Amino acid sequence: MDATLPIIILALPLFMFLFLGLLGKYMSHRLAGILGTAGMGVTLICAYTVAFTYFFSGNPDFINADGERLQQIVFNVTWLQFTPSLVLRLGFLIDPISAMMLVVITTISFMVHLYSNGYMRDHHGVWEKGFQRFYAFLSLFSFSMLGLVVATNIFQMYIFWELVGASSYLLIGFYYTRPSAVSASKKAFIVTRFADLGFLIGILILSFYAGTFDFTQLTSVAVEGLNNVYQVSEGTANSILTLFTENPASTFMGASVLTWALVLIFMGGMGKSAMMPLHIWLPDAMEGPTPVSALIHAATMVVAGVYLVARLFPLYLMETAALNIIVVVGALTAFYAAMVACVQIDIKRVLAFSTISQIAFMMVSLGVARPEFHHGLGYMASMFHLFTHAMFKALLFLCAGALIHAIGSNDYTAMHGLRKYMPITHITFLIGCLAIAGIIPFAGFFSKDEILTACFGHSIFWYIWMSLVAGLTAFYMFRLYFLIFWWKEHKVHDPHHAPHDQAWTMTLPLVILAVVSCLAGFVPFGNLVTWNGHPMFESVNFFTNLANLDWSVAAISLTVAVVAILIAMKMYKTENELPAKMRNALPALWDWCYHRFYWDELYMFITHRIIFGLVCKPIAWFDRHIIDGTMDGFATITNKASWSIRGLQSGNVQMYVWIYLIGVILLGSITAICLL
Amino acid sequence: MELTMIYYLIPSLFMFCCGVYGFITRKNMIAILISLELMLNAVDINFVVFNRFLFPGNMEGMFFTLFAIAIAAAETALAIAIIINIFRVASDIDVREINKMKF
Amino acid sequence: MESVGSIIMYVVIALAIVIFSILAVTTRKILRAATYLLFSLFATAAIYFQLDYEFLGAVQIAVYAGGIVVLFVFSILLTSHPGDNSEKLASKSKTIGLIGAAAMFIVAAWSLLSRCEMLVSRPEMSNPDMQKVGEALMGTAHYQYLLPFEAVSVLLLACIIGGVVIARKR
Repeated sequence: MDATLPIIILALPLFMFLFLGLLGKYMSHRLAGILGTAGMGVTLICAYTVAFTYFFSGNPDFINADGERLQQIVFNVTWLQFTPSLVLRLGFLIDPISAMMLVVITTISFMVHLYSNGYMRDHHGVWEKGFQRFYAFLSLFSFSMLGLVVATNIFQMYIFWELVGASSYLLIGFYYTRPSAVSASKKAFIVTRFADLGFLIGILILSFYAGTFDFTQLTSVAVEGLNNVYQVSEGTANSILTLFTENPASTFMGASVLTWALVLIFMGGMGKSAMMPLHIWLPDAMEGPTPVSALIHAATMVVAGVYLVARLFPLYLMETAALNIIVVVGALTAFYAAMVACVQIDIKRVLAFSTISQIAFMMVSLGVARPEFHHGLGYMASMFHLFTHAMFKALLFLCAGALIHAIGSNDYTAMHGLRKYMPITHITFLIGCLAIAGIIPFAGFFSKDEILTACFGHSIFWYIWMSLVAGLTAFYMFRLYFLIFWWKEHKVHDPHHAPHDQAWTMTLPLVILAVVSCLAGFVPFGNLVTWNGHPMFESVNFFTNLANLDWSVAAISLTVAVVAILIAMKMYKTENELPAKMRNALPALWDWCYHRFYWDELYMFITHRIIFGLVCKPIAWFDRHIIDGTMDGFATITNKASWSIRGLQSGNVQMYVWIYLIGVILLGSITAICLL
Repeated sequence: MELTMIYYLIPSLFMFCCGVYGFITRKNMIAILISLELMLNAVDINFVVFNRFLFPGNMEGMFFTLFAIAIAAAETALAIAIIINIFRVASDIDVREINKMKF
Repeated sequence: MESVGSIIMYVVIALAIVIFSILAVTTRKILRAATYLLFSLFATAAIYFQLDYEFLGAVQIAVYAGGIVVLFVFSILLTSHPGDNSEKLASKSKTIGLIGAAAMFIVAAWSLLSRCEMLVSRPEMSNPDMQKVGEALMGTAHYQYLLPFEAVSVLLLACIIGGVVIARKR
C-alpha cells in the first residue's frame, strides 16, 4: 500500500494541533472551528479510503487466497536505536482491528468536531473561552488515538497511549477555572498513570523475554505456538513458548513470566478502560465538555484497553490464566457499573457508568474467546461491540450534550417531559437506548448477542451473569430515557425560552449516528474482523448476521431486555410513587449504589490515611530533614566559611602586599633554615 | 676589596624593602605608585646584576630589564590616568577613601 | 681587585640608593618623594653604567627619569596643591610596616649571604655594542627579541589609547 494516505492520517491531525494551538488565538472562533472540522474531515476521508481498501480491494497484500486477512506494515521507521537489538520504531500497521479502529475514531472524531461548533457556544452565539484551544486539543487527541491503533510495536503503542492520556487530561481540565474539573483531570491522569506503570513493566518483561517489541513478531510466533497447543497436539514447541515456559528463572510467585507480563499489560488496559478497581476516574472525567466525553470517554480512548488486549490476543491465548482474570474483572465491573448506573441523577454519570459496563462486556467477551469455540467468536464479538458501542454511545452522549446545552443542567430532575420540545433529540436518544438495550434490529442487539453467545460457549455461569447485566443495562437506559423525556410535563415559564432542538451542527451528527446505530448491526463483522483473520462465513449479504444468529440465546436476551424495558416503563413513564417505594424498601442497597459502593472513599482512605500518612509522611520527613538537611548543611558551611574569609578578598592592595610579605618571610626563613 | 655580586644585590634588596614599606604604609595613591616603581627598579637591578656576573656576554637579563622598563612606563601612565580620573570624581586620592566599589 | 675609583663609585652609588630610597618612602611632601625617586633612579642608571650596560643606563635615564618621573610630577601637581603635606602616618602602622620590611630584608639578606655563589667576582665583559643590541632587538633568531619588541609597541599603543580614554573629560 502506498504510504501517502497513512501519513496524511497521522500528520494532518498533528498539523492541525500545532496550527490551531499556535495560531488559533489570531483567528476567529468560527474559522478555527471550520478549519478543525475540515482537517478532521480530510482525515476521515483518508481513513475511510485506507480501511475500505484494506477490507474490500481484495489486494493479495491484505487477503490471501484462503480469504484470510493479513497484517500489513505500511511503513516502519527506525526512530531510536539504542543497541542493535533494542530499536524503537514508529510505523503504520494495518490489519482488521486497526482498520476498524481507524473508521471508528475518525467517524466519531469528525462528528464531535462538527458538533462542538454548536456546543461550544451559548444560546446567544457567544463562543466559549478557549474555543480554538479546544479544537487544538481535539486534534491532538485524534492524532494520538490514530497513532495508538496503527502502532506496529508495543512501545509505539505505549508512547501514543501516554499521549492520549495527556490529551484526555487536557480536555477534562478544559474548564480549568473550575476546581472540580481540575481535580477530575488530575484524578484521571494519576489513576491512568498508575495503571500505565504496570503496563510499562509488562512491556519490559514481555520484550525482555521475547526479544522484540513488534506486534507482528510477537503474535505470529504466538500463533504458531498455538497451532501446536491447540491443533497439532504432538509437535515441536514454539520458540517463544519455550522461552516463556521453560526458562528456569521465569516464574515468579507461582505464575509464569508470560502470565505476569500479560496481567501487567492488562493492568494498563484496566486503567485506560476503567475496569474495577481503576474505574474511579471515568465518572469524574465527565467534568469535561460533553463532546469530549463522547469522543474520549465513551467511544475511543476508553476502549484502548480492549484494543490492547485484542492486539495481543494470540499471546493471551497462550496463557489462559490471564484471560480468566480478564473475565472475572470484566464481569464484576460490568455488574457493578450497571448497578451504580441505575440510581445516578446526573445523566452524564449514568452514561459514564454505562460506558464502564459496556467496556466490561467487551473485556469479558475477549476473556471468554477461545479458538475451539466458533473460531474465537468472543474476539469478533468484542470488536463488533466496540464498533457498535462507539456509535451508539457517542450518539447518547451527544444527545445528552444537546439536552444539557438546552436545559443548562446535568440532572434529569431539571428535564422531565422534553419529548415535545426536542423531537429530534428524543428520537435519536431513543434509538441509542434501543441499541444499547439490545433490541432487534438495532446495532447493540447483534453485538451483544454475539458476546452472550460467546459467554454461553465458555461457561453457563458467566452467560447468566452477563445476561443479567444486559437486562440491567436495558433498565437503567430506559429509566434515563423515561425520566428525561416523560415522567411529567415540562414546566415552561416563558414560551420564547422553551427548550428546543439545537443548531444543525449539533443535530446533524445525532441523526447520522442514529442512522449508523440502526444499520451497524448488519455489518458482517465475522468476515472482517477475527482473531486469526480467517473469515467466519462462506458468503455474506446484508442479512448474514441475522441469518447466523443463535436464536436460543437471542430470544432469551431479547426477552430479558424487553422485560427490563417494561419494568422501567412501569416505574418511570409517568410520575408515581414506585421509585421512592423501591428506594425505601432497600435503603442500604440504594445508598451503596448511589455512592458508587464507596470506592472513592476507599481510595481516599487508602491514599490519605495509609499511603500519605504512614508512608509518605515519614519519607517526607526523612527527605526534608536528613537529605535536605545534609544539603542545607553543606550550603550553610560553605556560606559561613565564605563569609568568614570574604574579608581576605577586600580589594585593599596594601593588605595583599602584607600577605605577600608574610609569605616571602616564611619562604625565606624556610630556605635559610634548610641551608643552615 | 673585590666588588662581588652580593655588593650589588644588597642595595637592590634594600631598595625593594623600602618599596614594600612604602607600599604598605602610604595612603596617597601616587606615593604608593612611587613605592611600586622602587620595587620594580630593584628587580631590574637584580636582572642586570645576575646577567653581568653569571652570564657575561649574553644579553637576556638586559633585555628583560629593557622590556620591564617599557612596561613599567606603560603601567605608570595608565595608573596615573586612573588616579587623575579618581581625583576628578572623588576629589581625593587617599586609598582609604576609595572604597565605594568595594563588594 | 677593583680600582679604588670604582670602589668609591660603588660606595657613592650604594649610599645614594639607600638614602634616596628611604627618603622617597618616608617624606611627607609628595613632590619631594618624586624627586627622591628620581635620584634613586639615577643611582640605578649609574649601576648599569658601572656594570658596562651603557645602553641600558641610557634607557633608564631617558625613560624613567625623563618620562615616568615627569608623569609623576605632572600628576602630583594636578592632584595636590604645592606645599601640602600628606597627613602624618599613624605610628602604629608605621611601626608594623617597618618591622615587616625589616624582617623581609633580614631574611632575604641572610639567605643571600649564606650562599657562597653570591660571592662571584665580576668577570671581564666587553660593553655590548649598539649593533649587537640592535640586531638582538630586531632579529627573529634564537635570543633575539622582535616579538616582545612588537608586543611592547602594541602595549604602549594600547596604553596611550587607554590613558586618553580614562583621563578624558566626560
